[in-house]
Amino acid sequence: MAYIDIEGVSKVYQADTPDPIIACDRVDLAIDRNSIVTIVGPSGCGKSTLLHMIGGFITPTAGEIRLGGEKIVEPGPDRGVVFQHFALFPWMTVRGNVEYGLAEKKMPKAERREVSQHYIDMVKLTGFEESYPNRLSGGMQQRVALARMLACDPDTLLMDEPFGALDAQTRMIMQEELREICRASKKTVLFVTHDVREAVFLGERVVVMSARPGRIKTVLDIDLADDAPRLAVDEKADEIWDILKDEVIKAVVPGASYGARAAG
Amino acid sequence: MNAVRFYTPLFLIVAFWQMAAMVGMVDAELLPSPVAIGAGLAHLATAGDLLLHVGVSVYRQMAGLVLAVLVGVSLGIGMAHVAWVRDVFEPIVRITYPLPKSALIPLLILWFGIGHNSKIFAVFLGCLLPVVVSSFNGTRGVNTQLVWSARSLGTRGIRLLWKIYFQAALPEILSGLRIALALSYTLLVSSEFLIARAGLGFLIQSLGEAGDYPGMFAGILIVALIGFTADRLYVKWMNWMLRWQDQT
Repeated sequence: MAYIDIEGVSKVYQADTPDPIIACDRVDLAIDRNSIVTIVGPSGCGKSTLLHMIGGFITPTAGEIRLGGEKIVEPGPDRGVVFQHFALFPWMTVRGNVEYGLAEKKMPKAERREVSQHYIDMVKLTGFEESYPNRLSGGMQQRVALARMLACDPDTLLMDEPFGALDAQTRMIMQEELREICRASKKTVLFVTHDVREAVFLGERVVVMSARPGRIKTVLDIDLADDAPRLAVDEKADEIWDILKDEVIKAVVPGASYGARAAG
Repeated sequence: MNAVRFYTPLFLIVAFWQMAAMVGMVDAELLPSPVAIGAGLAHLATAGDLLLHVGVSVYRQMAGLVLAVLVGVSLGIGMAHVAWVRDVFEPIVRITYPLPKSALIPLLILWFGIGHNSKIFAVFLGCLLPVVVSSFNGTRGVNTQLVWSARSLGTRGIRLLWKIYFQAALPEILSGLRIALALSYTLLVSSEFLIARAGLGFLIQSLGEAGDYPGMFAGILIVALIGFTADRLYVKWMNWMLRWQDQT
């Protein structure tokens, strides 16, 4: 049995209006324990919605999601989350943010301090423990979010385009760091992105979603070695891009018609 | 802000006022000169019971404000998150919002007597709504993903209100509180005007009735100085509380 079972899951927004938005349409997906699965798709394909449903933040309109055999009904510390816009607590220092989940678990203060320092060091923010998030760059804030999630030691990591807001260089460094962490720590990882290269680089399996209404178009196994050169990643990414291209074009049709109108 | 720049216009007005009084442009009876007010202030300060009046007024103001904050923040957050609380209180808040709370003072005196309680309640009523409204708006505007983050880190139920909603709404709540602080003087002094045995409003009123206009102006000056100092201190404290925000 898979660790996370997504069975016939649909999510419809504005269901009782004349134009409902079908974010996810009858999605079936099985995710094994300790695997790293990345989800790619054009913007608006419902990939974030799917992740938020696994997180338990929103409930599916139809179908169900089970984790370890149990139906997911609410968020919990067994599933750590990193959001696209970090969602750090701005009134807490870096240390305060990383220790938040530990304090909620009633971990004693001295132990909390030790654990938080370990993860702050891991994401290379040593020396910024007492800084507030607003004083940090986007890349640093994202690393705080990562440390905050990892410190609670959740079994499952849910990441929603966590590197989308970063510049290209920082993103590459973060990808490498994250891959190292994921492979070393034996976690079940779901990583949503619109960047095909990122999906191939990080994932052991890549789920390709179609344009709205979001469906799973195909699932590919990535069998690249850990030290595979970026070039090999690029080749695999091109393969996926061929599958995805039509979907992206479908997703940007409104843009195309705008172009036509502007030309006329 | 540069202190010289801040105080120069004030100084110029006082200087002009003094000159106008000296050349007889204004009736010294109706508008005493700054120098005469200064003398009145010195007299008040040495007469002995000034501190009593200040103490009584500050006590009433603080008691009313603290009550307003405790009730106002709870009510504001409650209205933002519990449907029936909102259903019950929103109409009341909307209808009483434009009502000048000082209009209720005679009634409050009838209900609570001429001692501390009617003044405390007047301050409480006057300060309540700004705190309710700022807490309500502040907690409603909280970023959903902050709440999601907290829930995925193990925070549940009513704890979310304190750990996340209240903290995230603090900038708005504290600026509502600053408005409440300023309003508290209006309610305090006007309730003491009407009937009281002590307090700054009582002092101003009784000096005026005795025809001691420089003394009366000195009383007004004391209220203004206390209000100004309290606001400065409050802003300093607020900036410290919100030190995590972008500095502007």
